[in-house]
Amino acid sequence: MLGYSITQWLFGILSFLAIMFALMVVFTRNPVNSVLYLVMTFFCIAGHYLLLNAQFLAVVHIVVYAGAIMVLFLFVIMLMNLNEETEQQKTLVTKMIAGLIGGVLLAVMVGTLKGAEQMQLAQGGASQIGMVKVLGVVLFKDFLFPFEIASVLLLGAMVGAIMLGKKEIKS
Amino acid sequence: MLTFVIYKSILCVVIFAISLGVAAYSTWWERKFAAFLQDRKGPSRAGPFGLLQPLADGGKMFFKEEIIPNVSNKFLFILGPSLFLLTSMMTGVVIPWGKDVKIGSDIFSLQITDINIGILYVLGVTSIGVYGIMIGGWASNNKYSLLGAIRASSQMISYEIAMGISIIALVITAGGTLSLREIIAQQDAGLCNLVYQPLGFLIFLICAFAETNRAPFDLSECETELIGGYNTEYSAFKLGAFLFAEYINMFISSALMAGLYFGGYNFPFAHEFYNALGLQEGSAIISLIGFGVYFAKTCIFISVFMWIRWTLPRFRYDQLMNLGWRILIPLSILNLVLTVVVEYFRGNIIL
Repeated sequence: MLGYSITQWLFGILSFLAIMFALMVVFTRNPVNSVLYLVMTFFCIAGHYLLLNAQFLAVVHIVVYAGAIMVLFLFVIMLMNLNEETEQQKTLVTKMIAGLIGGVLLAVMVGTLKGAEQMQLAQGGASQIGMVKVLGVVLFKDFLFPFEIASVLLLGAMVGAIMLGKKEIKS
Repeated sequence: MLTFVIYKSILCVVIFAISLGVAAYSTWWERKFAAFLQDRKGPSRAGPFGLLQPLADGGKMFFKEEIIPNVSNKFLFILGPSLFLLTSMMTGVVIPWGKDVKIGSDIFSLQITDINIGILYVLGVTSIGVYGIMIGGWASNNKYSLLGAIRASSQMISYEIAMGISIIALVITAGGTLSLREIIAQQDAGLCNLVYQPLGFLIFLICAFAETNRAPFDLSECETELIGGYNTEYSAFKLGAFLFAEYINMFISSALMAGLYFGGYNFPFAHEFYNALGLQEGSAIISLIGFGVYFAKTCIFISVFMWIRWTLPRFRYDQLMNLGWRILIPLSILNLVLTVVVEYFRGNIIL
């Protein structure tokens, strides 16, 4: 097919969809639609993981991001009842500052990518690197310490969230 | 290649049809079972023993007038039930219904696809199912629907944690594989996983009730508080899709319980039985018997779902959350620790 393999076609289509949905997140007026487009973006990214033969990462990405975190986002937005009509109109200054900050972030990211080392990955089809067993061994043998530190960090965040939530009830 | 494609297509259609058929007849069996427990007769007019009742109900659903509230988001209003039905149908593809059939040199497996992370796939698809309820409830533009939807999804998210941890313990017992096919196959020789995971099974069972929004955890459709819950504004087949998906979910989770903890298509003295009948490994009759056994186990679990619905009253919402977070999650972590200790002494875990 036009000199491209199926994987390359899938990569192209998924990338196009991911970018399109990501843009829709920003451009759509309704916050609930925004969240739903973000969920679609996550699905496209999970598709990319599948193309890299990282099935575990793909499913965990869906379970954690699309299945749990975005549902909580959706909760909050649905309960706040934000609508197109009630949405505040941003002033010109706010828009300009937001644009500037976004542009600076883009510059940083482009700079980082340009300086990044290029390396050849093993062929997707034969690679075992994303399999659960390989991933488990790597996480619990080679990277045990950073892994545990990350879990302590999450625990700290959780305790903090509960503390903040409790304070509100008392006052 | 062509036979493979044709075979898989046929298998897909057959499993699709079985799921729908079981869901339809679950409604009939639910009514009959309720009638039995309440000393009534149940549906008896449509056909012998009321067997045509699901067809009558389905027909009614299709021909009812469809009402879409004009203030709601029309696209999302239709998307909600469609998504819920879709995700409930999608979970069934990783369940191996029987042993492989060998015809000549070709091997036909009674499983649509064997993903090596089968259980995680099921969890992932279930977690997407929440969106169907949430989108439907929100798009109805009705406070009761929204409250029902939020109840349903917070309940599903809460119980997914305990369910996931109990599955991790099961995976350790099963020798570290996440593929449903291998988990069921390794129960062929020894005892079924229930023997090693009694607590895990209990947690999984309770969580399955909560995940499918079935009584005593059907707070999302608590009539006394919420009218009809997330499906209050729905009519005709969109309501039917919600109700139908609930029964399909029930069927799939019953099949999962039967497969993960009760050996699926295996049964005690299966090899002796097949030898006595003089059947070769890979013959179609073995697969057929295995499928029958698996299906019977699944039906028993579906009946357990109904039995409990008509026995226990509905929980209060705070009781539900307490049970999920304060009892089931610590219990499942305890179960995980116990499993690791037991497996260490059985010699299956090498440090």
